Amino acid sequence: MDTSLFLVQLLNGVQYGLLLFLIASGLTLVFGVMGILNLAHGSMYMIGAYLAYYFTTLTDSFLLAFIISGTIALVIGIIIERFLIIHLYKRDHLDQVLLTVGLIFIFNATQSYVWGNDPLGVEVPELLSGSIRLTDIVEYPVYRLFISLLCLVVAASMYFTINKTRLGMMIRAGESDRAMVENLGVDISKLFTIVFAIGVFLASLAGIVSAPIVSLVPGMGEHVLISCFVVVVIGGLGSIKGAFVAALIVGIVDTYASVLLPQISSMSIYLLMALILLVKPQGLFKN
Amino acid sequence: MNNKKKIFQSVLPATVAATIISMSTCSMAADSDPIKVGVMLPFSGVYAGLGESTRNGLKQALKEQGNSIAGRPVEFIEMDTEAKPARAPEITSSLVDNQKADFVIGPVHSGVAMGMIKTIKGKDSIMIIPNAGANAATGAFCQPNVFRTSFSSWQTAFPMGKEAYDMGYKKIVTMSWNYGFGKESLEAFNESFTKAGGEVIKEMLVPFPKTEFQSYLTEIASINPDAVFVFFAGGGAVKFVKDYDAMGLKGKIPLLGSGFLTEGTTTAQGPAAEGVITTLHYADALDIPKNKSFRQEYETLYGKPADLFAVQGYDAGQLIVDAVTATHGNTADKAALIQQMEKLEIDSPRGSFHFSKAHNPIQTIYLRKVVDGQNTVVKVAHENLEDPARGCKL
Repeated sequence: MDTSLFLVQLLNGVQYGLLLFLIASGLTLVFGVMGILNLAHGSMYMIGAYLAYYFTTLTDSFLLAFIISGTIALVIGIIIERFLIIHLYKRDHLDQVLLTVGLIFIFNATQSYVWGNDPLGVEVPELLSGSIRLTDIVEYPVYRLFISLLCLVVAASMYFTINKTRLGMMIRAGESDRAMVENLGVDISKLFTIVFAIGVFLASLAGIVSAPIVSLVPGMGEHVLISCFVVVVIGGLGSIKGAFVAALIVGIVDTYASVLLPQISSMSIYLLMALILLVKPQGLFKN
Repeated sequence: MNNKKKIFQSVLPATVAATIISMSTCSMAADSDPIKVGVMLPFSGVYAGLGESTRNGLKQALKEQGNSIAGRPVEFIEMDTEAKPARAPEITSSLVDNQKADFVIGPVHSGVAMGMIKTIKGKDSIMIIPNAGANAATGAFCQPNVFRTSFSSWQTAFPMGKEAYDMGYKKIVTMSWNYGFGKESLEAFNESFTKAGGEVIKEMLVPFPKTEFQSYLTEIASINPDAVFVFFAGGGAVKFVKDYDAMGLKGKIPLLGSGFLTEGTTTAQGPAAEGVITTLHYADALDIPKNKSFRQEYETLYGKPADLFAVQGYDAGQLIVDAVTATHGNTADKAALIQQMEKLEIDSPRGSFHFSKAHNPIQTIYLRKVVDGQNTVVKVAHENLEDPARGCKL
């Protein structure tokens, strides 16, 4: 593999990693702050993608679809938290699993009922549909670079929000000592609603922006959920910074393994996870 | 002693009489008893769309007969396989042993097919596979009571090898998911392409069901072969064709595939699919009267266009109809039924076909090209192609 090819593959890996971060960040945020393991996180990714498809077809504008779908995702997040998750805070993880797995079935059935079972696709928006020539043989789709940029923006705004704003302060406080935060007069239930809605929004956002480069099929959320868990576990449950680093590592390892070690590429990221957990049982960045 | 003998004498005729009566009611009932058709298809999960089309086609064939064959009504028992091989033996057994189904139609997924065949082997039910293409189903694992109305993996890819060479491609990269159907397709392509004089310079296997293709496409770009032959299906096919185009490869390195690459996926693939060349035993636009009437009726019944899977389901239905008609409604004698099935010529929308000794269709494979989002027939790639049925002793 010559240098230019090596670098293009590195770009592939980073780009895949950034997308993984976007999908996984909401999961780890919700777990870190609220202690809720939302198994329906992948379903929200799927719903985001299908909403993007629906509104792109309806309005003929990906930007409009992007805005509408994002808003709907936020509303769905608020509804799920207010009416369902709210009953779980005092219960154990098993009850959470029961509820959120139930949600997976409901979302899958809804998807199948509304949009059918045939694979669907969304066109890449005109403005971003070109390619950039990287070497004399390799072109790179602009839209993929756009997604990477968007993921970086999301990562930066999460970093800023958590470290520099009042909301972020409450989130950090909630992560370390929930009871104390409540005793200090912070409306924890409102904070939880906001955080959960953001988590759902992030998953849907990943689905929305992925829609033009993936195929929309039933069960697409479950596949994503597994990679998500690998990232979250490697990064340390609940750690946003960890998820970011882990997503990049997973993306890069997966990319090089598929080219250099095709025989073991299907298990490469799980091997990686096992190795990291051997050395750091809590993941890379445990809170 | 005498007493006992008397009792015996009086009881025996009564028992015999009763037996005769019950036998006669039994055979009388058989004439109007429903023909039991077990349906094992995926109605949920990734393959749900395929399951739905197959069922629609199957029901259409029976609806044409007013849902009765030779005066006997047809009863469907539907089971969702979820395309999970682990569930196959249990469901098959409940249909075959408990429900005593005359026919079992299914499945879509080859892994499920293997589980079904193992369970139905030697039993008194006839299995008709409406999709699953694993070569072994009508090869090493072939059974007297297992028929297939679809294809073998080998059949769909073999003709493309020679076609590719004739198009002037000498060095080709092949790629598919690392699972049975994909690997069998690549092997069949390799077999005929190498025989014609071409060379497969690299074979890439992607873990199933991974759809992150960027690194592989970068590699293809750097190798720069004359053409690429791939096997992908469903959602993976949509993503691959779009990614291939987005990387700017389509204009430079022609994309060839087994027909599943562009089957039921062209709408989702959009302009990226234009010009992709594949081989398959069917094409939507096939110019055969039977195909036109079939498609028209399907659209009227279900409000959407028919696809390949509907055709294969429809032919499974036709096979039952023709076979049971030939035995005048007798489904009790399975050997006679199988004998009829082996002789039948199925008037399929894909063109008529009959079965090989291994019970796989001997059928024509078409060379197709996507034009305006539709698979159009370029020419016949191989007429009446018979699967070699390697390892089958029927």
